[in-house]
Amino acid sequence: MIYQLNANVRNFGETISELSGVDISTCYQCGKCTAGCPVVMEMSHTPNQIMRLIQLGLKDEVLSSPTPWLCASCETCTTRCPKEVDIAKIMDTLRILALKEGYKRKEPNVVAFNKIFLDSIKNNGRLQETKLAIVFNLKTLQFFKDMMLGQKLFKKGKISFSNDSIKGTDAVKAIFERSKGFLNKGER
Amino acid sequence: MAYGYYPGCSAHGTAKEYDISTRKVCVKLGIQLEDVADWNCCGASPAHATSEELSLALPLRNLALAEKQGLNSIMTTCSACYNRLKVAHETVKESPETLNRINDIVGEPYNKTLKVTHFVNFLFEEVGLEKLKEKVVKPLENVKAACYYGCLLTRPPELVTIDADPENPTIMDGIVEALGAEAPDWSHKTECCGASLALSRTDIVVRLSGEILKAARFADADCIVVACPLCYANLDMRQSQIASRHGVDYSLPILFISELMGIALGVNYDELGIDKHMVSAANMLKEKGLM
Repeated sequence: MIYQLNANVRNFGETISELSGVDISTCYQCGKCTAGCPVVMEMSHTPNQIMRLIQLGLKDEVLSSPTPWLCASCETCTTRCPKEVDIAKIMDTLRILALKEGYKRKEPNVVAFNKIFLDSIKNNGRLQETKLAIVFNLKTLQFFKDMMLGQKLFKKGKISFSNDSIKGTDAVKAIFERSKGFLNKGER
Repeated sequence: MAYGYYPGCSAHGTAKEYDISTRKVCVKLGIQLEDVADWNCCGASPAHATSEELSLALPLRNLALAEKQGLNSIMTTCSACYNRLKVAHETVKESPETLNRINDIVGEPYNKTLKVTHFVNFLFEEVGLEKLKEKVVKPLENVKAACYYGCLLTRPPELVTIDADPENPTIMDGIVEALGAEAPDWSHKTECCGASLALSRTDIVVRLSGEILKAARFADADCIVVACPLCYANLDMRQSQIASRHGVDYSLPILFISELMGIALGVNYDELGIDKHMVSAANMLKEKGLM
C-alpha cells in the first residue's frame, strides 16, 4: 500500500507519546510484539504495523483500525518489547482517542461490551454478570447467544437477578463523573 | 492479624466456588480474612480502555476503604482485580501528582500503606510452602495438575509478579507440588485465554482456550489449575463450544487452586463448591482416590 505523508507527519506520533506517556519513537520494528500477540490472526494491522503507522503520523489509518479493539490486553507485547515500549498502553490510548474523535469502529461488539460493563458499575458499584450478558445480547441483537450455557449455569446456581449493589453507589457515580480520558489531562 | 480480602464481582456469580473454597482453606490454615467493606468493581479492562483516570480511581477507592478499615494488606483471588489494584497502587506510589489527582476523584484519600497481593503470591510469601506441606492430610498423589497462570498474574512483570521468570512462572507449581501433586512443565502456562473478549468475540476465546486445553492434554494433565475467575470461565464454561468447534471433547476439569488445596487439606468435597463446574471433576477425583 502507498501512503501519502504530509507536513504534519510528526504531530500524531508526538500526540500519542504525550497522551500515553510512552515514547513511540524507539520502536525499531523487530516484530516481537506481533510474534507474541495471541489475537494477531484477527488483525488487519499487526501491532508492529500500528507502531510504524503512528511514527509515520497516519492518524486516520490508525484510529479507524480494528486492531486496538481486538487487543485482549494480555500485555505480552509490553512484556517482551526489547525497547520497553508499553504497546498495551498505546492500544488503550488509541481506543480512547478513537472514541473521543468519533472514528467509525469496526468492532462494535467490543465497544458495546465495554459500555454496558461500565454502566453496570456506575449504577450498582459492582458488576452483575447475568445482567451484563443479557443486556449485551439484547443490544447486539444476538438473542440466543449462550442460551444453552445460561441454562446450565442456572442449574448450578450461578445465574442471579438480584441486585448486588453497594452502599457507596453515589461515591462510585461521582468517580465516573470526575474521571476523564487522556485528552483532558492537560486541561487541569 | 486479619488480612484484607477483596473478593471481586465474579465471586458473587460465575466463580462462587473460588470464593467459597478460599474462605474454607484459609480457616484450615488459621488465616483470618476480613472483607473490605462496601468494595466496588475494579473496572477491569473496560475501564482502562475508556479512561486512564477511571482505571486508577475505581481500584483506589477500594484501597482507601481498606486503609480506613485499619487493614495493612489487601488480598484478592482474581488475577484481573489483582492486576488493577496493584497497578493503581504502584502508579500512585511512583507519582505524587497522580496520587493527588486520583484522590480528588475518589474523594477518599489513599496513603499508599497497603501491601497489595494475589492469593497465589500470598500463599507463597505469607504462608510458605513448608507450612503448607505440614497441613496436608490427603496428599494429591498421582494427580498431574497443569498450572495455568494466564496473563495478568505475571504481566507487566515489574509491577505484578514475584516469580523470577515471568515467561516460565513456577510459584503455583510449587504450591501444587507441596500438596503432593505433580505439576508438569507445559507450553501454555502464560498464553492468553482471550480474557475480556469472552462475550464480545467469543469465537476468539473458543480458539485460544481450545489451544490451551489441547496443550494441557498433550502434557498428559489430569486437570488445569487456575487462579483467576476469567481464565476459569473461558476454560471451563466454553469447553462444550470448544468441543463442537475442534471436534475434540477434552473433558478436562478446571480447578481453582483453592479447591485443590481444600481437598489436600481435608475440607469436605461438598463444602468446596466443586460441583458447580461445567466440566465435572468428580470422575477424576474418584479415580485418584480423592473422593
